[in-house]
Amino acid sequence: MKKSIGAPPWAPWAFLALPLILYAVWVILPICQSLAFAFTKRDSIVYGIQWVGFRNFARLLGDPTFWLAIKNNIIWLALFLLVPIPLGLGVAMLFNNEHRGNKVYKTLFYLPMTLSFAVIGTIWMWIYSPDFGVLNGFLRAIGLEELAKPWLGDKRYMTGALVAVGVWRQVPYVMILYLAGLKGVPAELVEAAMIDGATWGQRLRHIVIPLLAPATVVAMTISIIDSLRAFDIIYVMTNTKARAAEVLASYMYTSAFGYSDFGYGSAIAVVQFLITLAFILVYIGRVLRDETER
Amino acid sequence: METRKNGPDARKTLLTLLFYVFSTLIVALWLLPILIAVFTSLKSMDEIMGSSKMWTPPKVLHWENFTRVWNKVGMSAYVLNTFLITVPSVVGALLVSSLSGFALAFYRFRLNKAVLVLFIAGMLIPFQMLMIPVFRLSDALSLRDTRPGVILFHIAFQLGFCTFFLRNFMRTIPFSLVEAPRIDGASEWTIYRKIIMPLSISSLAALGVLEFTWIWNDLLWSLVLIQSDSLKPVTLGLANMQGEFVSYYNMTAAGSIIAAIAPLGVFLLFQRYFISGLTVGAEKG
Repeated sequence: MKKSIGAPPWAPWAFLALPLILYAVWVILPICQSLAFAFTKRDSIVYGIQWVGFRNFARLLGDPTFWLAIKNNIIWLALFLLVPIPLGLGVAMLFNNEHRGNKVYKTLFYLPMTLSFAVIGTIWMWIYSPDFGVLNGFLRAIGLEELAKPWLGDKRYMTGALVAVGVWRQVPYVMILYLAGLKGVPAELVEAAMIDGATWGQRLRHIVIPLLAPATVVAMTISIIDSLRAFDIIYVMTNTKARAAEVLASYMYTSAFGYSDFGYGSAIAVVQFLITLAFILVYIGRVLRDETER
Repeated sequence: METRKNGPDARKTLLTLLFYVFSTLIVALWLLPILIAVFTSLKSMDEIMGSSKMWTPPKVLHWENFTRVWNKVGMSAYVLNTFLITVPSVVGALLVSSLSGFALAFYRFRLNKAVLVLFIAGMLIPFQMLMIPVFRLSDALSLRDTRPGVILFHIAFQLGFCTFFLRNFMRTIPFSLVEAPRIDGASEWTIYRKIIMPLSISSLAALGVLEFTWIWNDLLWSLVLIQSDSLKPVTLGLANMQGEFVSYYNMTAAGSIIAAIAPLGVFLLFQRYFISGLTVGAEKG
C-alpha cells in the first residue's frame, strides 16, 4: 500500500463508522455477551442473572447428551472431509475442460447449493420415508429388501442419513472451490493425468494434488466450519425432537429456546465457538498469506 | 503404424466419450432428488400411494397442487414476507459494506488488517454464539417479531462477508484513480461516490446475487426473531407445512418448489456472478 497522499487520517474511520457500529452492536458485542452468559444461570432470557462460575461447564462434562452431540459433530466433520473433498475434486477435474455442454453440466450439478435447507430437508424427508420413500423403494426394487431401513426413525442411522444430505449439498461447493484452484493448473496436465493409465495415480499424487494444495486448504477449512454449523437440516428433518441426531448447534438451541436454560445453552455455544475458532484462524491465515502490499 | 498414427485421435475421442458418460451419470444422480420433487409435486396422492417408484413421471399433471399450496395453505403470504425481508437486507448490506470495503481497500492506517480480520472472523462464527444476545437486544429495542428487526440483523451480520468481498474487489482498482482526483482537490466522499462506486457496479451485482440467495434461504434467524405467523418467511412456512401436511407429499413438494423458485431463478440468470462470488478467498490474491 502506497502512502495516501493528502488523505486526512480520520478519513477511513469516517467511512468505517456506520459499518463498525452496526457490526459491533449486532455481532461483536453478542459474542462477548455469550462468553459471559456461559458463566451464569438465568431465570429468563431477559432477566434474573446469577453468576455460577464454571458450573455450566462442569455440568456439560457429566451430560450424556453433550457427549452424544460431540460424537455426532465428529461424525459430521469426518464425513464432510472424507466425502466432499475427494468427490468435489473428482467432479471438478471431470468438468475442467472445454467440451461442448460442459457449462450446462456444471450449472446443473451446482443447483443443490442454491436451495435452502428447508427445501432440501423437505425433499429428503420423503426420500428417507420408510414405506413410500424413494430410497427404500429403490432398494426393494433391486431386491435388497433387507437393506431398507427407517432411516430417520432409527437412532443408529439418523445422523448418517442427515450427514448424507449435507454432503449432497457440500460436494458442489467443494467442486466450485477446486475449479477455481484448477484455473492455475494447465489443463493438459490434468487431462494427461486422467487418461495415462500407468502413471495416473502418480501424476495425480505428484503433480495435480500438490498444485491444488491451497484450494484444498480452503475447501477443507470451509467444509469443517460448515459441518460444525449444521443446524437447519437437523431442525427441518428431526424438528430437534430426536435426541439421537443432536449436534452442538442443535443442542444449544434446544437447551436455550426449548428448555429456557440460557446459561447452559451459552456454555454449549462457547464450546462450539472455541472448536470452530481454531479453523477460522487457519482460514484467515490462509487468506491473508498471499496478500500483496499496495 | 496405422493405429499408432491414430493413437492420439482415438484417445481424444475416448476421453470425450468418457467425459459425456461420466458427466451425465453424475449430474443425473445428483439431481435425482430435485427431479423427484418436481414429479411428486405434480402427482395426485392416489398415484403416490399406489407405487413407491417416486422417480417415475406423473401420469396426469396435477397443477392444482400448486394453486392449493399458493392460495389455501398461504404460501403466497410466506413468499411475500421473504421478499420483504430479503430485498431491504441485501440493499442495506451492500450499501453499508461498500463504505467499509472502500475504507479497507484505499486507506493505509494502523488497524486496517485488524478491522479486516474482525470482519472475516465474524462471518464464520457459529450462529449459536449470537442467538441469545441478539434475541435480547432485539427485545430491548422492541424490534423482536418485527420485519425491521430481522432486516437490521441480516444487514449487520452480512457486513463481514460483504466487506471482505468488496474490499478484495476494490483492491484491484488502480490506486491512481483515487490519488489523481485527490490532488485535484476532490473530497474523500466524492472519490467514493463518483469514482469507486461506479467502478464497483459489477462486483456489487455479484455480491447482491449471492446475498439474495443466502438471505432468502435463511431459516435460523427468522426462527429466533419472529413468532407471528403473519411475518414468517417461506423457509419457516415450509417447515410448518411439513408438520401439517406431513403425509401429503405432493403438497409439501409443491411448497418446496415454490420456496426454491426465486433463488434458483436468480442463480440461473446470474450464474457467472454467483460463482465468482463464492470463490473469494479460494483464488490467490
